[in-house]
Amino acid sequence: MIVAHKKRWGILLTLLLSILTVVFIAPVFIVLMNSFKGQFFITDAPFAFPDAQTFVGLQNYVNGVQKIGFFSAFGYSLFITVGSVAVILLCTSMTAWYITRHKTHITRLLYYIFVFSMIVPFQMVMFTMSKMANLLGLENPFGIILIYLGFGAGLSVFLYCGFVKSIPLSIEEAADIDGCNPLQKFFLIVFPILRPITLTVAILNAMWIWNDYLLPSLVIGSRYRTIPVAVQYLQGGYGSRDMGALMAMLVLAIIPIILFYAFLQKHIIRGVIAGAIKE
Amino acid sequence: MQRNVRKYVWLFLLPTLIAFLISFLIPFLAGIYLSFTEFTTVTDATWVGLQNYVRAFTEDRDFLNAFWFTLKFTIVSVLSVNLLAFILAFLLTKGLRGTNFFRTVFFVPNLIGGIVLGYIWQLIINGILSGMGVDLTYSATYGFWGLVVLMNWQMIGYMMIIYVAGLQNIPTEMQEVAAIDGAGGLQTLRHVTLPLLMPSITICTFLTLTNSFKMFDQNLALTAGAPGKETQMLALDIYNTFYGSIGQEGVGQAKAVIFFLLVAAFALIQLRVTKSREADL
Repeated sequence: MIVAHKKRWGILLTLLLSILTVVFIAPVFIVLMNSFKGQFFITDAPFAFPDAQTFVGLQNYVNGVQKIGFFSAFGYSLFITVGSVAVILLCTSMTAWYITRHKTHITRLLYYIFVFSMIVPFQMVMFTMSKMANLLGLENPFGIILIYLGFGAGLSVFLYCGFVKSIPLSIEEAADIDGCNPLQKFFLIVFPILRPITLTVAILNAMWIWNDYLLPSLVIGSRYRTIPVAVQYLQGGYGSRDMGALMAMLVLAIIPIILFYAFLQKHIIRGVIAGAIKE
Repeated sequence: MQRNVRKYVWLFLLPTLIAFLISFLIPFLAGIYLSFTEFTTVTDATWVGLQNYVRAFTEDRDFLNAFWFTLKFTIVSVLSVNLLAFILAFLLTKGLRGTNFFRTVFFVPNLIGGIVLGYIWQLIINGILSGMGVDLTYSATYGFWGLVVLMNWQMIGYMMIIYVAGLQNIPTEMQEVAAIDGAGGLQTLRHVTLPLLMPSITICTFLTLTNSFKMFDQNLALTAGAPGKETQMLALDIYNTFYGSIGQEGVGQAKAVIFFLLVAAFALIQLRVTKSREADL
C-alpha cells in the first residue's frame, strides 16, 4: 500500500520536474527557433515556429557574424579569458602561498586588503580604473589581462590562502632539508598539491571574465569587442535593430558556454559550491 | 634560510601587487578623493566638499528612484529565488531517478552572461506582452517583473545546488529519529531540517542579496531603464551619471561611494550573522 503510494508520488514528482525542465530550457529554445526567422517576423510572434514564409535559413547568422565581427569577438573573448585565468592562477597562488607561510604585519595587512576588495562593487572604481588604464596604455587585449589579475586577485588569493593553510608544514620542511629554493619548493611541491583549489579558482574566474561586459566595454570596447560587448553593440536604437541577427548572435554566444559545461559539468558544479561556501 | 626567502619575495608578491594597485587600490582611493571634487578628466579636480553628495539627491530624483526600485527588486528577488530554489532542492534530494539530470539542466542559465540573458528575456516578455498590444517600455511594472523573472531564472539553479549540498550534509538519522518521535513532515522540516540548513540559507541569502543589489548587465539589456528612467537600478544610474550626461563625473563618483557603503553594510551585517551562528554550534 505504502509502496504503491510512494511510487505514484514519485511519478507525479518526476512529471512535475520534467515540466519545469521544459520551462527552464524553453527561453533558449525560443531564441534558437527565432534565429531562423526573418527579422520582421520575430518581435510580434516569437512563439510561432518558422514556416515557409518566415524561414530564412542561415541568413541571420551570416548577417550577424558580419555586422559584429563575431569571429574576432570570439577570438578576443577566448584570448582574454584564457590569458587572464592563466596569469591569475600563477600569480595569485604564489602570492597566497607567500603571505600564508610568511606571517608579518605587512602580509597580514595585504591579506585583509585583498579580502576587502571582494566587497567593493565595480561601479566604485570603474571611472578611475578606466582612466588609469588609459594613462598606462593598457587599452589592448594584453593590458586588460593585467587589469583582470588585479580584479581577480581578491577572491583568488582568499580561496588559495584557505587551502594553503590546510597543507601540513612537514611536507614543505622536507623540501627545505633536500635543499630546494623557494621557487623549486613552490612549483615542485606546493603547486601540485593546490590542484583542487586551482580548478575552482580557474572555473570561477573563467565564468566571470568570459561573461563580463562593463569592464571590457570601458577599457577596450572601442577597438576590441569581446562577445558580450559585441552583442550589446548590435542594439542600435530601440526598434531599429536587426532582430534576426540578434537572435543568431545570442545562439552563437550560448553555444561555447554549453560546450564548456558539457565537458566540465562536474567540476563546474563542485567549483561553484566550493567558491560560494568559502565566500 | 630566512634571508634566502627574502631574495624571492618580489617574485612571489610583485606581479599580483602591481596589478592590484593599478586596477583596484589606487582607483579606489582616488575614487573616494574625487567624490569630494569637481572634475572631468581626473587631473583637473577642484575640492568642493560635500557638494556632490548633496547634488546626488537634490539635482534630480533619479538616484532616489533607482534606490527604491533596487530595494524593492532585491527584496522580491531574494524571497522568490530562495523559496523556489529550496523547494526544488527539497524535491531533488528525495532520491528520485534522474535527479542528476534535473540538477544539471536547472544550473544552465547561471552560466549565461547578463547581457545575453537580458536579450533572451526581452524577446520572451515582449512576445507575451504583444498579445496585449504593449511591450516592456510601456510600464515600469512590466520591467520590474521582467527583471524578477530573469533573476529567478538565472539564480534558482545556482542556489538550488547550494541547498542540495546542504541538505545532503544532514544525516538521515536525524530525520528518522524525528519521524519515530512522531513528528510529521512539516514539523520535521521546521524543527530539524531548516535549523540544520541555516549555513546554506545564510550563504544563499547573501549571494542573492548582493547579486540583486549590484545588478547591471541584465538591467541594461532588458529595459535600459525604460520607460524613461523608471526601471533604472543603482548601478545603471551611476553608469549613466558618468557616461550619459555632461559635467556630472563628481556626482557619479559620490553616488558610487554611497553605493559602495550600502554594499559594504550588507556584507558586514552578513559577517556578524554568520559569526554569531557559528558561535551557537
